Amino acid sequence: MHEMSLCESILQTLEQQAPLQNYAKVKTVWLEIGALAGVEIEALKFSFDLVVKGSLADAAKLEIIEIPGEAWCMPCGRNVPVRQLYDECPLCGSHQIQVSGGDQMRIKELEVE
Amino acid sequence: MCGVCGCGEGLNHSHEHDHDHQHGDVHEHHHVRAHSHSQHHHHHEHNHSHGPAHAHAPGLTPARMVQIEQDILSANNRYAGDNRRYFGERGILALNLVSSPGSGKTTLLTETVLRLKDQIAMAVIEGDQQTARDADRIRATGVPAVQINTGKGCHLDAHRVGHALESLNLPEKSLLFIENVGNLVCPSAFDLGEAHKVVILSVTEGEDKPIKYPDMFHAADLMILNKTDLLPHLDFDVAQCIRYAKQVNPKIRVLQLSAKTGEGMDNWLQWLRAELALQGIGYA
Repeated sequence: MHEMSLCESILQTLEQQAPLQNYAKVKTVWLEIGALAGVEIEALKFSFDLVVKGSLADAAKLEIIEIPGEAWCMPCGRNVPVRQLYDECPLCGSHQIQVSGGDQMRIKELEVE
Repeated sequence: MCGVCGCGEGLNHSHEHDHDHQHGDVHEHHHVRAHSHSQHHHHHEHNHSHGPAHAHAPGLTPARMVQIEQDILSANNRYAGDNRRYFGERGILALNLVSSPGSGKTTLLTETVLRLKDQIAMAVIEGDQQTARDADRIRATGVPAVQINTGKGCHLDAHRVGHALESLNLPEKSLLFIENVGNLVCPSAFDLGEAHKVVILSVTEGEDKPIKYPDMFHAADLMILNKTDLLPHLDFDVAQCIRYAKQVNPKIRVLQLSAKTGEGMDNWLQWLRAELALQGIGYA
């Protein structure tokens, strides 16, 4: 359940940003989560509701922007879509692929008051 | 243009000047009518924020959007960067040992430090949810160990490791083992500032672990296949296991050994010596 730690990190960032960006309440949080980031979205949502209780983001909505996985296939010399880390290249079947996108977890944007 | 907020509304300002003023008088400007755009207030008691995300409150609700663009793990990654700098400047090789519970990590560690402690300065950071049992086993070998109990947490983070470093006071060119909490999922996401993650898999666990827990095998540079002395009693397919590991991570190296019998330990010690030598080279 490292989703709980992720949510604690998110809350920490929201609290740090509050005086800098001049807000007292967070209504919505948009996250970018890559398909290869190893994050269970349902667990993340569940943890988020628990972690933000009583904070400046109490009852805030969590919106997830899912980013598809992408890898560089060495034999093909191009980027190909992948759904899992052990996927083979959909073009040539090789496992000589290097993740090139979809492994991020970012706080993108907030709706605040 | 309106000179107060730069909003572009500037027509119909009428300024009545009293040109009979004497030197030192202040001009008084009167706006003949209020600005027609209702959402903008030009009263100066209004608390304008001119921070980077300054925005006029639209309509009645003061809600607004703020761009953050920050990695969720950015705080952890900053601490990890500090740890990495600390290791780099001192030529310390830090290894993050990860596995499921019961893979034989602590036995591998005690056997390793017993073989190397006369040649290399070593220390261990032990991460467990509870108890100091593993740290006690390490200390029994004569090597310093710091126990971190993560409590409800399922992994070590870079901040806690940084604090453990303060109490260890490692000498230069030493070898630091960070024995992470037994868990093949969560520790993969947390950079501790280590040179390598080393994943330990015992042959009693099943050869498909690398594709069941791909994040960890993807994050590791070395896989140790432990308890090879048990292979004659099991139907564990070593070649298939290695194929799965390389499927997830084509660059992963694999060592087969038994910490209990000592078989294959020499390759592991050689890898450690080589990595330690590299760690001291080229850090700017």
